[in-house]
Amino acid sequence: MISVDIRTKSFGPTRVLKDVAFELQRGQCLAILGKSGIGKSTLLRLVAGIDPDFEGTVSRPEAMAIVFQEPTLLLWRRAIDNILIIHPRLEETAARDMLAKVGLADKADMYPRQLSLGQQRRLSLARAFAGRPELLILDEPFASLDKATAADMIALTRTLISEVAPATLFVTHEKDEARQLADRTLELAGSPATVVPDCRIMEFEREEAS
Amino acid sequence: MATPIIRAISLTAFLCAWFLLAAIGNDPTVLPSPAALVQPFWQELMSGELAYHLTMTVARVIAAFSIALAVGIVLGFLMGTRPELDKWLDPWLVVFLNLPALVLIVLCYLWIGLNETAAIAAVALNKIPGVATIIREGARALDRELKSMATVFRVRPVTYLRHFVVPQLAPYIAGASRSGIAVIWKVVLVVEFLGRSNGIGFQIHLYFQLFDVAMVLVYSLSFIALMLTIEWLLLQPVEKRVQAWRQA
Repeated sequence: MISVDIRTKSFGPTRVLKDVAFELQRGQCLAILGKSGIGKSTLLRLVAGIDPDFEGTVSRPEAMAIVFQEPTLLLWRRAIDNILIIHPRLEETAARDMLAKVGLADKADMYPRQLSLGQQRRLSLARAFAGRPELLILDEPFASLDKATAADMIALTRTLISEVAPATLFVTHEKDEARQLADRTLELAGSPATVVPDCRIMEFEREEAS
Repeated sequence: MATPIIRAISLTAFLCAWFLLAAIGNDPTVLPSPAALVQPFWQELMSGELAYHLTMTVARVIAAFSIALAVGIVLGFLMGTRPELDKWLDPWLVVFLNLPALVLIVLCYLWIGLNETAAIAAVALNKIPGVATIIREGARALDRELKSMATVFRVRPVTYLRHFVVPQLAPYIAGASRSGIAVIWKVVLVVEFLGRSNGIGFQIHLYFQLFDVAMVLVYSLSFIALMLTIEWLLLQPVEKRVQAWRQA
């Protein structure tokens, strides 16, 4: 249902991506691995439709969501409004339920600056899942968190993914994180970056059937 | 010492110096003492002249300010978000920013005529480049990640404008308003001085020709007092409200 076929992506004269193609079904999670600066985030931006300037085709669903490394919140709107503004058709009670699921039930009326960084990231996660996305894009959402917080966030993300069952595209440079969330991985390397040919398809048993 | 106390002492000192200078000079036609202004002020107030001319001037300030702000915001936003357009319009902005207010006023009167349209156009044209420059900075500083986020979540353009753009531009709009009103009310007086038959600027012109320093001071000080009141009662509270989330 999501098919990506990128022939080339260049910034000016520099080609950064070449021949990256994959397909992804609902309920599947694909981790994209590679060194930092290799072009993982560029690839995400093409898939997400943020950057339309490339050669190739991407077919993507209407309902998409993204979680960036930074929480990327509207600092001038309350936590609950950060969800409702992005999803105008969502009932307020549903938005509050979503906040409760990520442990922010009593923070709904607070402004993002009044929340800790961990809480802001969970708000960003709540915002992503509130729209029940068909395609979920995670751009290193657990980076620069301490081990315990990252583990909590990963567990929370797993639970939410199993509930909503989106097609998930997960960028990370931590193989360990990839192993915990993804059912297969795709590694980028080279210049211009392309899919590593001996990419092993890792099948993981997931605790909950997707 | 607390700031309000220092302010009060400083203003009192200014008033004392004025009394002293007026006493030393001992020539009310050059510098009347503050006490000598009370009677002419009362007379202008009671006759309704002061209120009439103040109203005319404030109406012009409001009209020119609204036009300058509206046009400046749109222009600045477009220039800040479209680099290609910015390249074309930037030289114009530089020219207009450096054009003396007086030149624009005289040209407007010559080309449009000695009327209200020319007066307000002249004042607005004086301020539009300044507003556009400030808003352009704000538009350039708009958060790109928020824009990407809005793209992925398919946020509607109206929502994007209202909840993403306007709050980010608000401090710039507030800044442009405050510096805008400060410039505009000064330019309005010049416009009235040169080509209107009412308003504070016109009255100053009239009493300037009569060498009536007391009346010039009465009209100028009344106007300054009114503008400062508007600033304290209207602009500062609005700015505070707009910035409330920053204190959160």
